[in-house]
Amino acid sequence: MPIKPPADIRSSEITDKATFVNRRAFIQTAVGLFGLAALTGETSVTAQQPAPHGRKFDNLLKSTSSTSETPNTWQQITTYNNFYEFGLDKKDAATNARSLKTSPWSIAMEGEIARPAVWHLEDLLKGRTLEERIYRHRCVEGWSMVIPWVGFPLRDLIAQLQPTSKARFVEFTTLSDASQMPGVRASYLHWPYTEGLRLDEAMHPLTILAVGLYDEVLPNQDGAPIRLVVPWKYGFKSIKSIVRIRLVEQQPVGSWQREAPHEYGFYANVNPTVDHPRWSQAKEVRLPGLFRNRATQMFNGYGDQVAHLYAGMDLKRNF
Amino acid sequence: MRNDQFLRRVLKPLVFASALTPAGYLVWAVFTGNLSANPLGDITNGTGDWALRFLCVTLGITPLRRVTGWNGSIKFRRMLGLFAFFYGSLHVLTYVILDRLAGLDLSETNASWMAARALVAAVSGDIYKRPFIAVGFTAFALMIPLAVTSTTGMIRRLGGRRWQALHRLIYVSCIAAALHYWWLVRADVRRPVAYGVVIAILLVFRLYWTRFHGKHTASRSAVPQAPLTAQLSQASRRNGRPVSSRGDLPTTTNPSAS
Repeated sequence: MPIKPPADIRSSEITDKATFVNRRAFIQTAVGLFGLAALTGETSVTAQQPAPHGRKFDNLLKSTSSTSETPNTWQQITTYNNFYEFGLDKKDAATNARSLKTSPWSIAMEGEIARPAVWHLEDLLKGRTLEERIYRHRCVEGWSMVIPWVGFPLRDLIAQLQPTSKARFVEFTTLSDASQMPGVRASYLHWPYTEGLRLDEAMHPLTILAVGLYDEVLPNQDGAPIRLVVPWKYGFKSIKSIVRIRLVEQQPVGSWQREAPHEYGFYANVNPTVDHPRWSQAKEVRLPGLFRNRATQMFNGYGDQVAHLYAGMDLKRNF
Repeated sequence: MRNDQFLRRVLKPLVFASALTPAGYLVWAVFTGNLSANPLGDITNGTGDWALRFLCVTLGITPLRRVTGWNGSIKFRRMLGLFAFFYGSLHVLTYVILDRLAGLDLSETNASWMAARALVAAVSGDIYKRPFIAVGFTAFALMIPLAVTSTTGMIRRLGGRRWQALHRLIYVSCIAAALHYWWLVRADVRRPVAYGVVIAILLVFRLYWTRFHGKHTASRSAVPQAPLTAQLSQASRRNGRPVSSRGDLPTTTNPSAS
């Protein structure tokens, strides 16, 4: 049967070509805008998946150095991380650190110590009493959390290493493996990530090496299998996934200090009276808060224990 | 449905609704706990990102119109520009209220005017001390006169040419907004640089167009001016109003500008 055009369409009713071509362009723009809207996911699509749970530690000692403040949740601590080796976004580490191989893990002990050697992590932890230490954690960006770490005092390890009389500083290095860490392939920071402490800071009883979080093995995004925690300093000093500890004579240069020396000093003590050149450090937002309404405390509230380390120093100059 | 009806009744509402989705998403995510562990950071960054994106999209309308010859695109420019202002306002309000106001110690202030004065001091002190905030605030402040004069009445009152000259402030606003972003990142400048490149292309395009398709060569321009004029006269016939009252005039009188 031949198909005849219906006779009741008048030519005036036929959409002219220019019109429907324009209409297509309109629709393409509208679709494009929808696509743009979908990009909001760049800030956060849905809540990031928290880290899977790991092996539990038994017989943890409850430290008297712990704060009584309520710790942040596992979800918060494992989905909001600055771990640039795995990407720049706070949620990148939760996704990209899954593939980090933390076992076997060894740490090179080097420099001004009695017997430089490479230690296996299991040997390092053998016979050590682990403690739960609930610390405040203040990021240089102006946010803070409360984190229940599991770890042991760094001073115990340093004592075992028997520093020579020349040792004045400790330098730490993070793993820098481009095959496991996508961020290392980009050059926005100088890899490997390094950080340093004065020996007396490293020997301070509040300074710990952490291997766990919430009674469990440390999740990868939080610096597994072993990281530094120095609670009175900005978070970037607490270096993650350590592969080398070196005792040295000269003051080491940290990665952030190297990147922007006028913004990130060697000491990086939490200090509400010394602003970051680009923003104030007087207040902080305690996550997951909506308001920057919490007064930042000198030395992150650990002044009674650590202020003596800096007696007589100009903290505006030694920031 | 005729072309202009389709535009007004379907496309404009559609674009309007999609332009609102980022704000809707943020509100939804705040109340359902779907933001990251740092909601303040997410809201601040999210609204700032969208202000910059809408600035870029608005800046892209004129080049789009020149290149495609699709004059209907101009009808979205005001709406998109106002959305840039909308997200910019949310961004500034987030900073002023959740960051500055929340950080004030108001225990000593027993009158609201004292609190207001303390807030003004806190914000202006920050603007004075921190260049990246000063630049961001400039980007926002320059959008205010543009938003205020965006109405058809204001276009008529100012006259197309003066209106157009004023609205070139968006160029400064865009550059300042990208600089603001670039200035605040800690290490990775790729995203702010990407915005900078987009803005640079859209601005250089204008220079190029004025140079090679300016006033004197307008008659040879690849852009057919007829459809828009036709639409406008159609519309004015329907509304019984003169063409100039529709607010589209400044864009058609001088093809070399904007």
